[in-house]
Amino acid sequence: MEFALSILPSVLMDGIVLGFMYALIALGYTMVYGVLEFINFAHSEIFVIGAFVGVEILLGLQTSGSLAALHPAFVLFVILVAGMLCSGLIAMGLERVAYRPLRSAPRLVPLISAIGASFFLQDFIRFVESLWRNTFYLSYPSLDLLETSLKFGTAVEVPIKSLLVIATALLMLFFLYFFVNRTKLGTAIRAVAQDPATASLMGIPVNRMIALTFFVGGAMGGAAGILFGLQYSLVNPYSGFFPGLKAFTAAVLGGIGNIPGAVLGGIVLGLLEAFAASYLSILTDGAFGAEYKDLFAFAVLILILIFRPKGLMGERVREEGA
Amino acid sequence: MKALAAGLGLIAYIGCSSLLVYYHPQSVLAFLLFEASLLLIYYAALPQKAKLFLSSLVLIFLMPVLGVSNGYYLEVAIQVGIYVALALGLNIVVGLAGLLNLGFVAFFAIGAYLWAIFGSPQANQFIAGNFFPLSPWWFFVFLVLSIFAGAFTGALLGLPVLRLRGDYLAIVTLGFGEVIRSLVNNLDKPINLTNGPRGINPIEKPPLFFQPVLHFFGFESAAASLYPLYFYFLVLFLVVVIILVTRRLNDSSIGRAWKAIREDEIAAAAMGVPVVRMKLLAFAVGASFAAAVGVLFAAKQVYINPESFTFMESIGVLAMGILGGMGSIPGAILGASVVTIVNLQLLKGLSLWLNSLRQSGIVLSLPLLGSFDLSQIPAQFEPAKYERMVFGLILILMMIFRPQGILPPRQNSERSNGAA
Repeated sequence: MEFALSILPSVLMDGIVLGFMYALIALGYTMVYGVLEFINFAHSEIFVIGAFVGVEILLGLQTSGSLAALHPAFVLFVILVAGMLCSGLIAMGLERVAYRPLRSAPRLVPLISAIGASFFLQDFIRFVESLWRNTFYLSYPSLDLLETSLKFGTAVEVPIKSLLVIATALLMLFFLYFFVNRTKLGTAIRAVAQDPATASLMGIPVNRMIALTFFVGGAMGGAAGILFGLQYSLVNPYSGFFPGLKAFTAAVLGGIGNIPGAVLGGIVLGLLEAFAASYLSILTDGAFGAEYKDLFAFAVLILILIFRPKGLMGERVREEGA
Repeated sequence: MKALAAGLGLIAYIGCSSLLVYYHPQSVLAFLLFEASLLLIYYAALPQKAKLFLSSLVLIFLMPVLGVSNGYYLEVAIQVGIYVALALGLNIVVGLAGLLNLGFVAFFAIGAYLWAIFGSPQANQFIAGNFFPLSPWWFFVFLVLSIFAGAFTGALLGLPVLRLRGDYLAIVTLGFGEVIRSLVNNLDKPINLTNGPRGINPIEKPPLFFQPVLHFFGFESAAASLYPLYFYFLVLFLVVVIILVTRRLNDSSIGRAWKAIREDEIAAAAMGVPVVRMKLLAFAVGASFAAAVGVLFAAKQVYINPESFTFMESIGVLAMGILGGMGSIPGAILGASVVTIVNLQLLKGLSLWLNSLRQSGIVLSLPLLGSFDLSQIPAQFEPAKYERMVFGLILILMMIFRPQGILPPRQNSERSNGAA
C-alpha cells in the first residue's frame, strides 16, 4: 500500500504526459471525422513521419557537430516546425491522392483506401530509411537540457521532458482552439463540417477547407510524433500503430468530431493506461502485469461504443442508412 | 464444335505449361502460367462437367505430380490454398454481408491454438496427468470442434458490436484481433495456456491412415515425403468444402438476406430480414471457416507463435479478397493466389537478385551521376520484407480504379442458374 502511494505522483505524471500526446494525435482523427465523417486510418503514419523528421534533423545536426553549439530551445523549435510542416503536407497530399477521388463512394471504400495508405506509408518510411541509413530503428540523440528534472520538495521529481511535452501540447491546443473558433478560416472549416453543400453555396471553397483540415490535423499529429520521440527516444516505421489506435479510442471516448472532447478523451485514456500499467500487477498480486495495458484501451473502446457511442462529450448524432 | 476446339486448346495449354514447370523448376513465370490454366478453365466456353474434369485433372493429378518433382511448388500451393480458404471465409463476411472485419485473423488464431495446445505437450501444463499430446487421430475431431469454436467466438464478438455502424464495426473488430493476439502473447502466466511469445512446439500432424493401403499396393514412401502431399490434399479438400458451402449459402435465402443487408440495411429490415441474426450468422460462418483452416495451419507448421496472427495478416487476407473481387468465389481464389505468389516468389526473387548484385562487385558508371559500386546497396534494403507495401498499394489502387475487383461477382447469377 505504501509502495502504491509512493509511486502515485510519477504515475499521474506519466498518465498526463501520455494523455496530452494522445490528445494531440486524436485531434487529427476528430477534425477529419468532423468534416468528412471518415476515419483517417493513415493518421498514425502521419504521426510517425513527424517523429522521423525530428530524428533525422537531430541526427544530421549531431553528425555535423552543431547540435551542441545551438541552443536546445532553438533546436526544439526547429524540429517541431519542420515535423509539423512535413506531416501536414503529407496528410494533405494523401487526401488529394487517396481520399478525394473516393469522396462520393460508399463509406467503407475510403476506409479501406486509408488502411492501404497506412500500410504503404509504413513500408515507405522503412524503404527510405533503409536506403539512407541502412537501418530503420532510430533513436533520438539526448539533449542535456531534457535529461534534468525539477525537484518539488523531497518526494516529487518532475522531468523537464514531461514538462516540455505538456507545455507544447497546451500551447498547440490553445492555438488550435483560437484558430478554429476565432479566425475566418476556422469558421469556414466548422461550416463545412456542419453542412458541406450549404457551405459551398455560401462561397466557401469546400475542397480547400478539407485540405486545410488535413493539414492542421496532420501538423498536430507531427508535433505529437516529435514529442513522442523526445519522450521515449526509440522510433521505427511501425511505432505509430498503437499510439494511433489509442488516440482514435480517445477521440471516440471524447465524442468523435468534438475538439475539446478529443483532449478530454486523450487525458482520460492516458491516465487510465498509466494506472493500469502500474497498478494492475499490484492489484492482482502479479498475476496480470503491465503487458495488459494495450488491451485496456481496446476494452475501453469496445465498452464505449456499445454503451455510449456518442462519447463523453458528444451531442452530435447523425443517423444514416448504411 | 466450338467447345471441342476450346477444350483441345485448353488441354494443349495445360500440357505445355506443366511441361514448362517440370523442366524449369526455378521459374516463377512457368508456375504462374500453370496456375493461370485454372483461370482459363473457368472462362472457357465449355460445359460444366468438362470444366470440372479439367480442373480436377490439374488440381488432383498434375499439381501433385509436379509437386513431387519439386517440393517447393507444393509448399507454395499449400500456402496458396490456406490463403484461398481464409479469403473465402472473409468473403462471406465482407463480400456477401458487407461487414468490414479487420480482425479476421483472430479466428484463424483460435483454431490454430485449439489444436496446438491439445495436440502438443502444452496442455499438460494446466491439466493434471500426462494425457497430451493427443493421438494424431484427434486432429479430425478438432477440425470439427474448431468449426464450432469459431462460430461461437464469431457470434460472441458479433453479439455486442453488430449494432454499430460500418466503420466503427471495422475498428472494433480490429481491436478484437489485437485483443486475441495480445492474450495469446501474454497467457503464459498465471497459468501457462499458450506458452506466450515462445510459441508451441511440436504440434502433432494428422495421422497417415492411408500408409498401410499404400504399402499394400507396393508404394513405399517415408512419412517425411508423404506429409506435403497429404497436406496439399487436406487443404484442397477444405477449400472445396468451403466453396460448396459458400455457393449453397449464396444461392439460398440466407445469401439473399446477406446481400440485401449489404445493399441497404434499412430496406432489408423493412422487408422483414432479421438483420442482426443474419449478420451474426455471417460472422459465425466466416469465423468457423477461418478456425478450421487454423487447425490445419497449426498441424502443417508444427511450430506456431503469436507472430503468425498479427493485424498484417488480417489486412493481407482483405487485400486478397479485394484484389479478386469481394463477393465472388473465383475472385477470392484469384486474389489469394496472386498475392501469395507475389509475396512468396516475386519479392523473394527480387531479394535474391539484389543479393547477387551486391556480391557481384560490379561498379556501375553512369553518365552525369558518377560511379556506383553495387556492393554498396544497403543490406537492410530487402524487398522480401515489403509485404505491407504490396498490400497497401493493392488496397489503394483497387479502391480508386476498380473497387469491384478483377473478377466481380456476376450480377444476374441467380437468374441464369434458375434458367439452366
